[in-house]
Amino acid sequence: MFAMGERAIAAEARDLVKDFDGKRAVDGVSLTVPEGSITGILGPNGAGKTTTLRMMLGIIDPTSGTRTLLGHDRPLEVAREVGYLPEERGLYPTMPASEAIAFMGALRGLPIAEGRRRALQLLSDRGHEDWAKRPIRTLSKGMAQTVQLLGTIVHRPRLIVLDEPFSGLDALNQEKLEQLIRDQAAAGVTVIFSTHVIAHAERLCERVAIIAEGRAAFEGAVDEARSRLRPIVHLRTRMADGPWRSALPTSAKNVAGEWRFELPEGGPEPLLKALLDSAAGIETLSIERPGLHDAFIAIAGEAAAREMGHSPAEAGSE
Amino acid sequence: MKLPETIRAAFVIARRDFSATVLSKTFLFFLLGPLFPIGLGFIFGGIGAQVEETAAPATVAVVSSPADFALLQKARHRFEPLGTDRPLVRLQRVDPEPDAAAQRQRLLTSADNPILGVLEGGLFAPKFTGAVTADGRTVQQINLFVEEAVRMRSSLQVPSLPVEVTLTRTSSGSVAFARNLTARAGQTILFVLTILLAGMLLSQLIEEKSNKVIEVLAAAVPVDAIFLGKLFAMLAMSLVGITVWTSAGAAAIAIYAKGGLESLPPPAVGWPAFLFFILLYFSMSYLLIGATFLGIGAQASTVREVQTLSMPVTMSQVLLFGFASLGVGRPDSAAAIGAAVFPLSSPFAMVARAAEEEALWPHVIALVWQVLWVALILKLASAIFRRSVLKSGPSRRWPWQRRQTA
Ligand SMILES: Nc1ncnc2c1ncn2[C@@H]1O[C@H](COP(=O)(O)OP(=O)(O)OP(=O)(O)O)[C@@H](O)[C@H]1O
Ligand SMILES: [Mg+2]
Repeated sequence: MFAMGERAIAAEARDLVKDFDGKRAVDGVSLTVPEGSITGILGPNGAGKTTTLRMMLGIIDPTSGTRTLLGHDRPLEVAREVGYLPEERGLYPTMPASEAIAFMGALRGLPIAEGRRRALQLLSDRGHEDWAKRPIRTLSKGMAQTVQLLGTIVHRPRLIVLDEPFSGLDALNQEKLEQLIRDQAAAGVTVIFSTHVIAHAERLCERVAIIAEGRAAFEGAVDEARSRLRPIVHLRTRMADGPWRSALPTSAKNVAGEWRFELPEGGPEPLLKALLDSAAGIETLSIERPGLHDAFIAIAGEAAAREMGHSPAEAGSE
Repeated sequence: MKLPETIRAAFVIARRDFSATVLSKTFLFFLLGPLFPIGLGFIFGGIGAQVEETAAPATVAVVSSPADFALLQKARHRFEPLGTDRPLVRLQRVDPEPDAAAQRQRLLTSADNPILGVLEGGLFAPKFTGAVTADGRTVQQINLFVEEAVRMRSSLQVPSLPVEVTLTRTSSGSVAFARNLTARAGQTILFVLTILLAGMLLSQLIEEKSNKVIEVLAAAVPVDAIFLGKLFAMLAMSLVGITVWTSAGAAAIAIYAKGGLESLPPPAVGWPAFLFFILLYFSMSYLLIGATFLGIGAQASTVREVQTLSMPVTMSQVLLFGFASLGVGRPDSAAAIGAAVFPLSSPFAMVARAAEEEALWPHVIALVWQVLWVALILKLASAIFRRSVLKSGPSRRWPWQRRQTA
């Protein structure tokens, strides 16, 4: 945990609202991103993640609300210190990879010659020197995405914003990307990324914002999101019934002979006592700290969680 | 965002666009295309010769007695049926004055009564002074008229006396008319170049929109800079083309029109300045019309939409050209001033003025005015683009759109 007051704020949004043709896409999102942190924006499809990021970057202006990026309320003024990987990747198809990286740097104020030099360095650091001269159109989707990611960091920004950076990458490249994000944060760079894969956020993020239906349902440290939930008790007994049942909360569910419920207010002791006193015959008992996924369900609701839940990367988590 | 930063960003965009265009294989076709018509034009009769022939209002002052003049007119009348495609030279009688040389000089330079040349010396010692080449149609016609007049007078077969010809470089008639012609030619060159080249700007943002690069650009630089960069990249590319084409054209003039531009009467501001103005006003008209097109085209999201837009856009260019040409020949008329003030037709009107009027200060004013409008149109275009394509800012409705609450 950290004290917010001790860290500089890299990006901040206050009550951002965005209407598209009279339809509300983002409905009062507030965010605080401390410098050097990794912040995840979580939410199902259509929640308003991209729209929020685009407002914070100054690509679009909000209908109402304010945002500050590296201390400026006109984000384009700090464009040189920001890197952005849009959700819909876009590069000029005929440009060679190294030129595309240098061009993205040049857009953000890096001299083109220096950009070309760094592009070659970045590519060869990753063993991709053979990509340098290849036109983007001849690269695979994942390769092009890697090139664009390198173009996002070539000018060594202080803040990196990545919209769904993991989508479209294979497991190996997802891992490489996680490492890149960690390395950047270790170097003091602030990273904001959006995802609908909770596992990535859980592994990487210090802070998360959970957005559902255009609202920030939660915004804060990952630990804080977790600690909002009571620990979960999994219980298996020999006796199907008995007086001990009254010690279980009414919300307790029995799934295939196993009870699942939130640990009651009094903690584990009264529960254990009731079980032992009435000889319930404990077979297994575990008390687990909830994961971000459970926190997400609790915060954004079952429906939102279901919409997020069926991603392949989910399988590997927890 | 500060101006230097916008210009720096525009330069990055322009450099990419320019090299992407100029280094593509299709650019060669772009360069070669216009050379075919230019080549053909010069093969079929030198342009220089045509200018000389069509330029004259074709009036020759005849310093003679009424009797001689009557015979000449009669002779001319007899040949009239031959001048079907172009009218014969017209004759205008002037009473002889004691100082023939002074009279000739005055006639040749009179602005109220523009003439092509002076015929004097009666029927038996005819002497022609004028701004045409010796083998020109005018001299041949005068020769015929004199010959026929002599024949009619004597009713005898007399050996014909060739007209003695003195050539001056210019006469007022040829100057006024040639300037008018130069003005029109300048406008036409400008028009053809802009209509050929500015249309490309309609489709300039389609590429970025379809391959999604627009999001990368819009996140990094102001939309103004994107538009400015694209506009100047296309201008630079057009100027490369124009340089190639005019070099080819100049070579053709040198080969086919003998003296080249030297053989034509100079425009009011002189040839070097006039050519410079053509280039300058081409750039201005390209920037003005181009910025408008860029803004219009940015609203389209598919090539099909751009194609649909290109017809009305071309028509409006024709209208602008028509509007600007109303004032040619009358640089101080309301039409000419109006066309110079209306920003989109201003370069056309001003290039005509450069051919007709010597004063340079109106050009300074016009250029400042035009630059101002380029900036204004770009600002407007990028504001509309941000609002309607990037869907930025508070949503505004037109008054006639019903308000629906979300
Ligand atoms: N340019 C636009 N014009 C109109 N509506 C839009 C536009 N962009 C987004 N929306 C709407 O705003 C809402 C939020 O979209 P947004 O792209 O921000 O969601 P998201 O959280 O990024 O979703 P995803 O996970 O699918 O990327 C959606 O209902 C979408 O239809
Ligand atoms: Mg999105």
